[in-house]
Amino acid sequence: MRERKGVEVSIAAADAAAMADIDLVAAYPITPQTHIVEHLSELVASGELDAQYIAVESEHSAMSVCCGSSAVGARTFTCTSSQGLALMNEIVFLTASLRLPIVMITANRSLSGPLSIWNDHSDVMSVRDCGWIQIFAENGQDVFDQVLFCFRVAENPEVSLPVMLNIDGFALTHVIEPVEYWNKEDVKKFLPDFEPVNRLNPDDPITLGALAMPDIFTEIKKAQDQALINSKTEILKAWQEIGEITGRFYKPVETYKAEGAKILFLTMGSIGETVSIAIDELRDKGEDVGLLKLRLWRPFPFEELFEEIRNAKEIIVIDRAVSFGGPGGPVASEIRSALYGRNNMPQISSYICGLAGRDVIPEDYISIYHRVKEDQQKELRLNNSIYYGVRE
Amino acid sequence: METNSKPGWKDLEVGFALSTPGSAREYKTGDWRSERPVVDTEKCIQCGICYIFCPDMAITKTEKGYFVADLYYCKGCGICARECFTGCVKMVTEEE
Repeated sequence: MRERKGVEVSIAAADAAAMADIDLVAAYPITPQTHIVEHLSELVASGELDAQYIAVESEHSAMSVCCGSSAVGARTFTCTSSQGLALMNEIVFLTASLRLPIVMITANRSLSGPLSIWNDHSDVMSVRDCGWIQIFAENGQDVFDQVLFCFRVAENPEVSLPVMLNIDGFALTHVIEPVEYWNKEDVKKFLPDFEPVNRLNPDDPITLGALAMPDIFTEIKKAQDQALINSKTEILKAWQEIGEITGRFYKPVETYKAEGAKILFLTMGSIGETVSIAIDELRDKGEDVGLLKLRLWRPFPFEELFEEIRNAKEIIVIDRAVSFGGPGGPVASEIRSALYGRNNMPQISSYICGLAGRDVIPEDYISIYHRVKEDQQKELRLNNSIYYGVRE
Repeated sequence: METNSKPGWKDLEVGFALSTPGSAREYKTGDWRSERPVVDTEKCIQCGICYIFCPDMAITKTEKGYFVADLYYCKGCGICARECFTGCVKMVTEEE
């Protein structure tokens, strides 16, 4: 019998990392990530978790310590948000290049400025191309399961890449939800001991992070890209196994009443649950609408997306970040780019909303839906993003 | 473009790890040099300040006690010439 309890999602995330029997945490506290690392620190201090907790002086150091730790074969975890992610940016890219299987939770929060502690996806979008496997979770149970998933996939010798789990700041980190904890036996079965592909060891020395000259750099980047693309095989296997253990089957593109729908919303993260309420109300009124929730962001799930949108005429992409002076919403532009040149592809509507924690409720999504239906009657449709709810 | 003799992307170790440490030793940084240090042994007092300041440890002591640059590694930065108390090190343009 698995224990099911009401718990703050941050605490559940930390408990899941502890159940993964991590060897080292190096982190710097930053809102809204704080409760996760605080709880891990408590578990280490009380002796419940046999791990090193290294309180560093900055996120740049946090990720640097994590690199060293992972390179000697320690199971390594960290956690950050917003400015912290920006400060560790340099090392985040190195981690992927060195193929170090570090797991990091990003408690998504808007990037300054102006200073804001609230939730959107501008932090993660700033490291879109960092080479990590990047996934999004939707609720507390999802977060707990995905923490274990992250270690399993990252450390798989076929993958050996860092994994970032994105969870919405406050909307997930600070809410109390019912979460079913795994049994220790299940975790043990699902997550084998960490055997690094490369290990720094004075008795058998290797070099990591060597200089690469122009005549080899391109080959290194191609190999890195292919490793990230190939990781999807192991990602799918791990989610299948989680399904067999827990009954919860996760997919790269989650769907809600999407089968055959003419208009599809596409979301990432916790707002999927809010949109699903809007979908229910619209469906009750006979509207042909469904929802796609992009769980796997990198490697991008092209095949799964194509499969889910094959009957749709319109996709309404909800972005929680801005690409300034560019194509509007980063997710919308990726979806457009993925579909460009294929036959019978749906129109993409790009809406930016929920920046820095501004509430977007089901009625707002219903209003977006009706606005899109009106737009469909127009002859000329613009490709620019709409800032939903912005005051003129 | 010569590509056949060099490793392809599938040939690389995971994360571009190098299983033979110290391979940088083989790298001829002397190729970068546009000027080489030449020591005037008449003026040299064998103090070794050039040896201490050389950022690449490219200077070695000869049997007679003079300090000379190993031209396989010396990048020709000129720090030895700048630091030399007696001015016995001169930077000479590489002609080849």
